[in-house]
Amino acid sequence: MSEKVLMKGNEALAEAAIMAGCHHYFGYPITPQTEVAAYMSKRLPKIEGGVFLQAESEIAAINMVMGVASTGKRVMTSSSSPGISLKGEGISYIAGCDLPALIVNVQRGGPGLGGIQPSQSDYTQATKGPGHGDFRLIVLAPASVQEMVDMTFKGFELADKYQMPVMLLSDGTMGQMMEPVSLEAGEVKKYDKPWALTGTKGERKPNIVNSLYLKADELEKVNFERYERYAKIEKEEALWEEYRMEDAEVCIVAFGVAARVSKNAIDAAREKGIKVGMIRPITLWPFPKEALLKAADKVDKFISVELNMGQMKDDIELAIRCKKDVLLCNRTGGMIPTVENVLGKIEEAIGGTK
Amino acid sequence: MAIVFEKPKGLTDVPLHYCPGCTHGIIHRLVAEALDELGVTGRAIGVAPVGCSVFAYNYFNCDMVQAAHGRAPAVATGVKRSDPDNIVFTYQGDGDLAAIGTAETVHSAARGENITVIFVNNAIYGMTGGQMAPTTLPGQVTQTSPYGRDTEKVGFPVKVCEMLSQVDGATYLERVAVNNVKNVKAAKAAIKKAFRNQIEGKGFSLIEVLSTCPTNWGMTPENAIKWLEENMMPYYPLGVYKDKTATEEAK
Repeated sequence: MSEKVLMKGNEALAEAAIMAGCHHYFGYPITPQTEVAAYMSKRLPKIEGGVFLQAESEIAAINMVMGVASTGKRVMTSSSSPGISLKGEGISYIAGCDLPALIVNVQRGGPGLGGIQPSQSDYTQATKGPGHGDFRLIVLAPASVQEMVDMTFKGFELADKYQMPVMLLSDGTMGQMMEPVSLEAGEVKKYDKPWALTGTKGERKPNIVNSLYLKADELEKVNFERYERYAKIEKEEALWEEYRMEDAEVCIVAFGVAARVSKNAIDAAREKGIKVGMIRPITLWPFPKEALLKAADKVDKFISVELNMGQMKDDIELAIRCKKDVLLCNRTGGMIPTVENVLGKIEEAIGGTK
Repeated sequence: MAIVFEKPKGLTDVPLHYCPGCTHGIIHRLVAEALDELGVTGRAIGVAPVGCSVFAYNYFNCDMVQAAHGRAPAVATGVKRSDPDNIVFTYQGDGDLAAIGTAETVHSAARGENITVIFVNNAIYGMTGGQMAPTTLPGQVTQTSPYGRDTEKVGFPVKVCEMLSQVDGATYLERVAVNNVKNVKAAKAAIKKAFRNQIEGKGFSLIEVLSTCPTNWGMTPENAIKWLEENMMPYYPLGVYKDKTATEEAK
């Protein structure tokens, strides 16, 4: 284990990206993710071939990402909620062109300009594909600064493995808080990218990166094939953490900062003799459906703890096929549920205080 | 028998889909010839736009990427910055470059991005069937300006070369036309210079090519050329609007 350093989440993820071989970053200033760009602007010019560029808009930034991705190099952008909406067009094109890229969303409150405090209200946008057309992103939800690092590594690996955009869905809390973190360079795998635009050198046929298929049957075929890949991902790549689930009668489902609060609430409830545990999705897409469905046979109730109006609750109900009730414990607009909020909901779930 | 005229190697064998009398075909050829003659087709990467020339990715015999409407200069920025040895060009129409992609155009010029932009101005949205473009002339009838472009209500056309000539980052801006042999030759020279600039690392070059759209203008190819000469050329005068390389040479 390497030595731990104290770092802000946003800076830790930026350093992790560089260590993962991402030497191209394009972004646009927006709170609360600006530290990522600031860190990259210092570090990347010191790396041979490194490029930091502040784009004229979120739209330009994501299209610059598409440009680098089409040449086969690792590349990323970061933004926060309103900026991600603007990037939606580019994300759809990147997905439609089957290009790998990492997109970081350090979420803030919405809709509209919303606020700058932490939020999880882009859950649906991220997990259902933020843009037009049928497509998905792999969505990773870190719950600590260490996971910001680990998920960044994982994100680039998954993007290359499946040739698709990956989103690191963080929030203002994860981005801004400092924690000790181990920055250990994992093995960076080399992926063969015969499709990359590197110039034909007169030695091969031109490569074309494109998402246009005017013949309906061709477009359908490409979409079907892409969803076969997505099906494989749903089967193989779901990640989650189970916390005190052995004998749980109530199962909390929460990710990111909501999961941290929930852990404390679970510990407090356990001291009162309440059998409660948590399934924490680490990948929001693919959603850990199997784990939740299994849990539905054991627990009496589920509680979705979220920093939004219950966006994930729908997915939990689908995953457990409505076998059990799902309660909602939520705050929104930049408010974070307290341990007392969650504890109160746990007590409600078991039918009163114990 | 001696071969006196050949298709450039920079073009594929895919038949062009353009309408009869459209000048995209000529402009494609000029770009391909320039790349071939400069010996850079093998390291060229083109960015196709949205619009009539979207299928440029099938016609140029080099690596190609297709960009969202107006975003070609941003995609080109990524491609170029990934490997500065790439010779990167965008091929864009007026709706793409001067309306939905204005920000990308201006800022890639402002950054002095070392790319080559081929801007085809035919004063209309061709692919979608002939709507008013940012470059549609005052009074010009289109599908969405059926009573003629009313400058009182929708304002004036954007003169791209004139506008960009005020941008410090731009290196070389020239407006050309392909309405006759003399102008085709001049257009070729300008396009070649725009690529040479990039090879020599001199920065952002944009060549605006006045073009025709007989189909959506509702004219024969011959009348379309005449209309271009009588209406477009006075409004969009040909010429060099900026050339930093000339200033350098003069020094």
